Amino acid sequence: MCLSIPSKITKIDPETNIATVDTMGVTRQASLDLIDQEVTIGDYVLIHIGFAMNKIDEEDALESLKVYGEIIEKMEEEDRRNAILEDDNCPNRA
Amino acid sequence: MSLQLKDLYEGFRNPEVIKALALQIQKEAKTLPKKIRVMEVCGGHTHTIMKYGLNQLMPENIEFIHGPGCPVCVMPKERIDHAYTLAMQEDVILVTLGDMIKVPGSNGNLANARAKGADVRFVYSPMDTIKIAVENPSKKVIFFAIGFETTTPMTAALIDYVIKNGISNILFHINHVTVPAPMRELIHSHDEQVNSYDSQIDAFIGPAHVSVISGSKIYEEFPRDFHIPVVVSGFEPIDVMEALLMIVKQFNENRCELEIQYTRSVSYEGNVKAQELINTYMTLDGSFKWRGLGRIRESALKLKDEYKAYDAEVIYKAILPIDEIDDHKLCICGDIMRGIAKPNECTVFGTICKPSSPLGSCMVSSEGACSAYYKFGNLLSP
Repeated sequence: MCLSIPSKITKIDPETNIATVDTMGVTRQASLDLIDQEVTIGDYVLIHIGFAMNKIDEEDALESLKVYGEIIEKMEEEDRRNAILEDDNCPNRA
Repeated sequence: MSLQLKDLYEGFRNPEVIKALALQIQKEAKTLPKKIRVMEVCGGHTHTIMKYGLNQLMPENIEFIHGPGCPVCVMPKERIDHAYTLAMQEDVILVTLGDMIKVPGSNGNLANARAKGADVRFVYSPMDTIKIAVENPSKKVIFFAIGFETTTPMTAALIDYVIKNGISNILFHINHVTVPAPMRELIHSHDEQVNSYDSQIDAFIGPAHVSVISGSKIYEEFPRDFHIPVVVSGFEPIDVMEALLMIVKQFNENRCELEIQYTRSVSYEGNVKAQELINTYMTLDGSFKWRGLGRIRESALKLKDEYKAYDAEVIYKAILPIDEIDDHKLCICGDIMRGIAKPNECTVFGTICKPSSPLGSCMVSSEGACSAYYKFGNLLSP
């Protein structure tokens, strides 16, 4: 079971094509090499093992983020970080 | 007690919505023309079904068959032995994803290899391999690649980077498997103990994340050639219930179609760029042995011949073991995946075969059917 938390692009390095993304407050890097459509800062993407897989419609992304947010709010900082990272690394998606 | 990831999942269990969907399924199921057996192909779905007891919400004429599970579960001992052998070479650093740590081979798992002095690194992303290679120029860094269609393009992206940037000390051992091949195999499969055996599968639930990359089109053949409907579904309990309702409606309305439940991220075509990247470097292999299912034709990928200079299987051919290793005699994972048996019918289930010491594929990873039954056994119907 995977949560598929959407990540928001906050920065793009055009040299390396690597984006800095924000996944519910956790900042990390993801390659945009596999994305087959134009993405820009502010867009939402799904991340899997260090890569953005696809762009998600903003409305859908915000809706799921709201649900995830309500639960994550209750978590402590370390657990929150682990939960978010673990979601992305979920083997089911492999 | 601090909150854990499982608590996070709990939030997506909306009992009212699940109940409402269950009632709708039960109502629709009353007019089903026959009993239907639905295979959830992916272990992620098995996990959801067992964790939320969705199997108990089904009327008597709907049954789940638990499919091949996850790429870790189906990795045969032969391939783990390859990884182990490569890792034990003096000049090799073996790099793979964390899921592979505990998967047992004939000599033990990769954690055991590391305990014996092998340099095995578990990375978060295939791209982390580049840094390891740059920092260890005198070593051969072998990326042991695993995963279904969802993970294959990330390996292809690493190959692309390695070739375009002239990195000479990264090699690949490819174990990428495809989802439709075992589905096809399971439809045609025979139980060797029972001479007359017809396919037990009436419908498939397809994993959404595979189709984010490959599109729903990879399942087109099932309704068309085998008259088996497919619904591509997300992993939340509500997703699975909705997918089931869609399947039941198809039977009641005498339709047999490919449908998408998880429309948010899945399209018919999928991610074409990722597909092209895979096709640039990889091709379907002759046959790949699946733990629990045996050899399946064209079910895995390998590097194309023109890239054999990067293929660890070619370069280390002389030292890689080639012996075929049979699955454990008492293990009935094959029957479970074919829908003939359930995990609790296995004589070694929960005794000799446990998540801490798995004998067969379905117990190896938390996504396997046996592992899910072991963990959530209290939810089992009698």
